[in-house]
Amino acid sequence: MKRSRLGPWLAIAIGTAYFLIPLIATFEFSLRMRRGEYSFEAYRVVLADPRFQASFGYSTLIAIATIVMGVLLIVPTAYWIELKLRKIRPLVEFITLLPLVIPAIVIVFGYLHTYNSSSLIPLIATPRGTDLLLTFGYMTLALPYMYRAVDTGLRSIDVRTLTEAAESLGAGWGAILFKVIFPNVRVAVLSGAFLTFAIVIGEFTLASLLDRPAFGPYLQLMGANRAYEPSALAIVAFIVTWACMGLIQIFGRDRRATMAGR
Amino acid sequence: MKFLEIENLRKVYGAQVGVEHFDIAVERGEFISFLGPSGCGKTTTLRMVAGFEQPSAGSIRIDGRDVVGLRPNQRNIGMVFQSYALFPNMTVAQNVAFGLKIAKRPEAEIKPRVAEMLQMIKLPQLGDRYPYQLSGGQQQRVALARALAGKPQLLLLDEPLSALDAKIRASLRGEIRDLQRKLGITTIYVTHDQEEALAMSDRIVVMSEGRIEQLGTPFEIYNRPRTRFVASFVGTLNILRGKVIDAAKGVMRVDEQDVRLAQPIANANGGETRALALRPEAVSLGEARPDRNALQGTIEDVSFLGAIVRIRVRFKDNLISLDTFNSSAAPPPRRGESATVSFAPADVQVLEGAEA
Repeated sequence: MKRSRLGPWLAIAIGTAYFLIPLIATFEFSLRMRRGEYSFEAYRVVLADPRFQASFGYSTLIAIATIVMGVLLIVPTAYWIELKLRKIRPLVEFITLLPLVIPAIVIVFGYLHTYNSSSLIPLIATPRGTDLLLTFGYMTLALPYMYRAVDTGLRSIDVRTLTEAAESLGAGWGAILFKVIFPNVRVAVLSGAFLTFAIVIGEFTLASLLDRPAFGPYLQLMGANRAYEPSALAIVAFIVTWACMGLIQIFGRDRRATMAGR
Repeated sequence: MKFLEIENLRKVYGAQVGVEHFDIAVERGEFISFLGPSGCGKTTTLRMVAGFEQPSAGSIRIDGRDVVGLRPNQRNIGMVFQSYALFPNMTVAQNVAFGLKIAKRPEAEIKPRVAEMLQMIKLPQLGDRYPYQLSGGQQQRVALARALAGKPQLLLLDEPLSALDAKIRASLRGEIRDLQRKLGITTIYVTHDQEEALAMSDRIVVMSEGRIEQLGTPFEIYNRPRTRFVASFVGTLNILRGKVIDAAKGVMRVDEQDVRLAQPIANANGGETRALALRPEAVSLGEARPDRNALQGTIEDVSFLGAIVRIRVRFKDNLISLDTFNSSAAPPPRRGESATVSFAPADVQVLEGAEA
């Protein structure tokens, strides 16, 4: 019995070491900015850097815009597919998976070609237009995660019957969507939102090639020119990502507890 | 003018016919059941009345107004679903208030109306609970209150008791009927349970393969089934095959023994084979009175079921099943014994259509 358990435990130990050792090493290195002692000096420097605040603030804003626009696009789309167009679900699933197989650099070059200043929709001619384009790009990158999260949420409720019940009570599409469907897929939408946030905060390719002052390019810039600060930034980025994952877990647990009561 | 008029309703899915030749006129305050097996078109018809399905042809008029072109939320119809369909994110009170809020009724009206509805379904203390905290029966009561809160002109119930256990089903069907009578609301009830339909309805529409097989009161449907389908679907029935001897006088021959009917046989020719329906409770064992038909046969099987003894009597080709009450003074007959069964001419129903 003991022998048979050794293999799995060994695999877990190797896997944990593979992920944790670089993380611990990075953290340990980030504490060594002051010679001969451990300190959070690198974190203080990073957090006090106006460029950090600006880039992190910018990325947060773009992430929120991506989430809002993504939710407004994806929830009604996934709802309509679940309600009326189930036959095309495999096609939609295929389309939503495309961002996973098409590299971000291909997407951004496509954007630059299609929306350049001499095109019909010259989005990159102005900073705000480019911000919008960046948001659309992030929506595309987050599509596989957001769509799957929302679709899973919608499949867990009886969308058709709830819609019909609301309709029979006099509700129009707006009321059905915002009073019945959205609240019942709230947890799924939040999961998708946190995943989107985590993706957007650290994204480099789109932001760099569209020349936007986002957190990803700032991380790269610091990494190329400083020693300890990039490690501190990497830990900060990890904490943000993990916080998002933790929030997904918390909301997910809340949902499971609710379901268990049924 | 009737309250609900459905004329020549038809629904096709590609080459497949879902419903056709569906005509019915329902009085205000009437309780009508659509009864039939799965796939007979009863739910499709209900969904067309609700507006969830668009008819391929035909008209649906509610209180004189053609509703075919209207969306479900414009028809002022209350609907109760088999799966309850309560909104999981709302409390019981919020569920009941939903339609009233959508209709933008003032808060001063909504609160007392919700309280009244909860009182009506005998769950006044559960307004703050969420649907998952209720039993199936309680959820269906709430669904009923929600459907009725907005005072709809028509109530549609789509197999509302199917997901409940037998005991709750029996008590809830009584409650639904009482409420319907009290409110006087015109109601269409879809079910595949003949007992439910017989117990609750003013009239029953028996459906098969998208068509109406028979429309009538529970008494008519049970005692005067028109077709073999209705006879076999509603209740337990003996179906005998017999030859028409004299259609005008209502005389038939079953396994070389004459059977008299209470009336002439409609649309029948002499020598034609027709099916006769006979309820087990109309048949007695060992009684040969001049005003009753009597058939001689052999006891083929006796099943002792406690209070009831089920006896099957074999004739030449036909078989009759009958139930007698158990009596300690009279032991049941034994297999192989000869027996006489009798029944009144009025209890025999000749089914439509010649038999092959």
